[in-house]
Amino acid sequence: MMLSRTAASLYWLGRYAERADFSARLIEATVRLDALSTRPAGSAAWASALNVIDAGEAFAALGKHVEQRHVAPFLLCSPDHPGSIWRCLEAARTNARAVRMALSRESWSAINNAWLRVSTGGVPKDGAGLLALLEGVHSSALSLTGAIERMLKHPSSMFMRLGGAIERVDNTARLLDVKYHILLPEEEVVGGVLDRDQWTTILQTVSAVNAYRFLYSGGLNARNVIEFLVLRPELPRSLIAGAQEALEQLQHIAEVTHNFSAADSLAMTRLAVLRRLKVDAIIGEGLHEYLEDFIEQNAALDQAISTQFRFF
Amino acid sequence: MRDPVFIEFFDDVERSIPRAECAALVDWLNTAPIETLRMRQNAAEQAFRQLGITFAVYGDEDARERIIPFDIIPRLFSAAEWARLEQGLDQRVRAINAFLNDIYGEQRIIKAGIIPHDLVFSNPQYRSELVGMRPPHDIWAHIAGIDMVRTGADGFSVLEDNVRTPSGVSYMLENREAMIRLCPELFRQMRVATVDGYPDLLHAMMRISAPPAARDNPVCVILTPGQYNSAYYEHSFLADSIGIELVEAADLLVEDDKVWMRSITGLVQVDVIYRRIDDDYLDPEVFRPDSMLGVPGLMRAFRAGNVTLVNAPGTGIADDKAIYSYMPEIVSFYSGSEALLPIVQTWRCREPDACQYVLDHIEDLVVKLVDGSGGYGMLIGPLATKAECAQFRAAIRAQPEKYIAQPTLALSAVPTLTDAGIAPRHVDFRPFVLSSPDGVAMVPGGLTRVALKQGSLVVNSSQGGGTKDTFVLMRDEGIA
Repeated sequence: MMLSRTAASLYWLGRYAERADFSARLIEATVRLDALSTRPAGSAAWASALNVIDAGEAFAALGKHVEQRHVAPFLLCSPDHPGSIWRCLEAARTNARAVRMALSRESWSAINNAWLRVSTGGVPKDGAGLLALLEGVHSSALSLTGAIERMLKHPSSMFMRLGGAIERVDNTARLLDVKYHILLPEEEVVGGVLDRDQWTTILQTVSAVNAYRFLYSGGLNARNVIEFLVLRPELPRSLIAGAQEALEQLQHIAEVTHNFSAADSLAMTRLAVLRRLKVDAIIGEGLHEYLEDFIEQNAALDQAISTQFRFF
Repeated sequence: MRDPVFIEFFDDVERSIPRAECAALVDWLNTAPIETLRMRQNAAEQAFRQLGITFAVYGDEDARERIIPFDIIPRLFSAAEWARLEQGLDQRVRAINAFLNDIYGEQRIIKAGIIPHDLVFSNPQYRSELVGMRPPHDIWAHIAGIDMVRTGADGFSVLEDNVRTPSGVSYMLENREAMIRLCPELFRQMRVATVDGYPDLLHAMMRISAPPAARDNPVCVILTPGQYNSAYYEHSFLADSIGIELVEAADLLVEDDKVWMRSITGLVQVDVIYRRIDDDYLDPEVFRPDSMLGVPGLMRAFRAGNVTLVNAPGTGIADDKAIYSYMPEIVSFYSGSEALLPIVQTWRCREPDACQYVLDHIEDLVVKLVDGSGGYGMLIGPLATKAECAQFRAAIRAQPEKYIAQPTLALSAVPTLTDAGIAPRHVDFRPFVLSSPDGVAMVPGGLTRVALKQGSLVVNSSQGGGTKDTFVLMRDEGIA
């Protein structure tokens, strides 16, 4: 027996926690790109970071210059930006509070700690302070994942993981789409020589620099990175891995509820299609079009989940 | 002339001779370095914050989530003291349930002329909608929090009954958890009775209180106004400890005079609701029509006998401060014997002689609104300014029936860790008493609230009070 409201809160808790973690990685990778690489990328790096999480307009409304000292605090702790890490953590915590009893103490502590860290930390004074704070958000996210995995095999952990999986593929798809646009000068064709630092940034954002090197020996190139991020099940943040995780969680829930409905079939079809897909086909049809489609499908699955479990 | 304050743990005001049952505790207190105590206290508060054991103070925007200060020095009752309290509480709570059955039923106590007719019938806490209603098993107040004060070695009295939705039991449990973790040596030095059976006791009470027609395995839930309620942590803590659902009004609906909850697989019938929502908000069909917190039709289901409400609606009449002053008569009327727990002497301003006395002596008295709670609407004469006294005099003259007065009690004090070292602070005590068809039950312990400001008598958390663990010894033998 699980209340629909509880399931909805857990699902959104999973989504918001994942989103906060993703934003933290994105800021971290952009700081590196902006400041630590041999050729500082400057405002272009921050502009693309804003686009990845669809916050370009909201930031522009502030009338501030696109640079780290304005964008990073905006993405990190702006109370006005609904996608800021602080707002995500607050939303995650609000959902967690609403279902305290469905959570283990460890899971609650992980979310509450992350929220406290960002709430009490204030705007970091310098790059080092920023990275330290992001590191903190990161480790809280890790302890949440760990805590969820240790929870009772119960629909509460399944709904959180389901929300996490739906959010994760959305983030990866957006990251790839935006970065790809920026990376690909108009006259250049797919597969050309691309900016090494930019690609590294993408891989850093999904914590997969070393994993990429391990799986691909030929160095960085667009085709491999696309295949890696879309089709390699070994990478937890790839689209296919997320699709698989979403389906698995739905199946676990179905074992408990003995219900099988629209969301299950959508998730199953999506995975089957991904399994047959080849990277050249994606590039041939156009990566941007493919990713747009994927993001739409993912939204449709999200809707189907809400309906199936009577979230409202 | 006020009595000297009784300092618990000690036999003398100089605090040199520990009472026998407190010898080990005093010894611990004398040997534990104060820095260690402070460190442990901080660790406990840190843990409470991390767990989110917070409460909200209404009207305090900045501190939406505060923790209640916790004091590391427990207070202690001997086994014999507890046994006496337990007996008195059992008697009192049975009488409260009998009283509620009676005034919504035959009204024998009014016909017998023991309680004035209008005190009940014109009381806003009396719910005429419930006349003739019989809740499942004739139990109205399943959960009672009885506020007790101590004024001497043997001087325990009841300050207030709470039989609507008394809160604070989670602090009893969490404080004990913290003490076991931070001061394990104390539990080796003395045999402290455990309180961790409370959730099981509560669950058993709920199950057995289900409507007689309910299925073998009744579905029990806790109904909360939601996470912005000041006691939300407690609601979720209890649901979690028992392993039942914590529901909000939007999760419930009434169909065919039955209560259902919305689940991911469909509607599930609910048999017992421990509701932490006030009567007024419970069902917009019957009480406040603008309530968003309530469940439309809930009272229909209750009347049809399809759901048990813990506590039943209408119990507020029994903890009204004007009714309180009749508790000794109420207890002896229903139990046939003398009340074991005394009450604090109370002047009812509705009676002209008493009113005059209160007006003449207001500087020495504590004046309370009969329907006030949480330390609001209260005047402590000896601490009040002339202007405040005048204001209350005028208010009493205008609506005497709304006020009672009591002497300023010399509340007992317990050594407490303060900024200036260990010093006595005033305390009260709220044990939680459960009633079911199986009888009355309670765990040995309760919530000790402490007024952290020097000399203060107000222990309410909304007014800067803190809490302490309450030790009840399992046995007194071996104590000299």
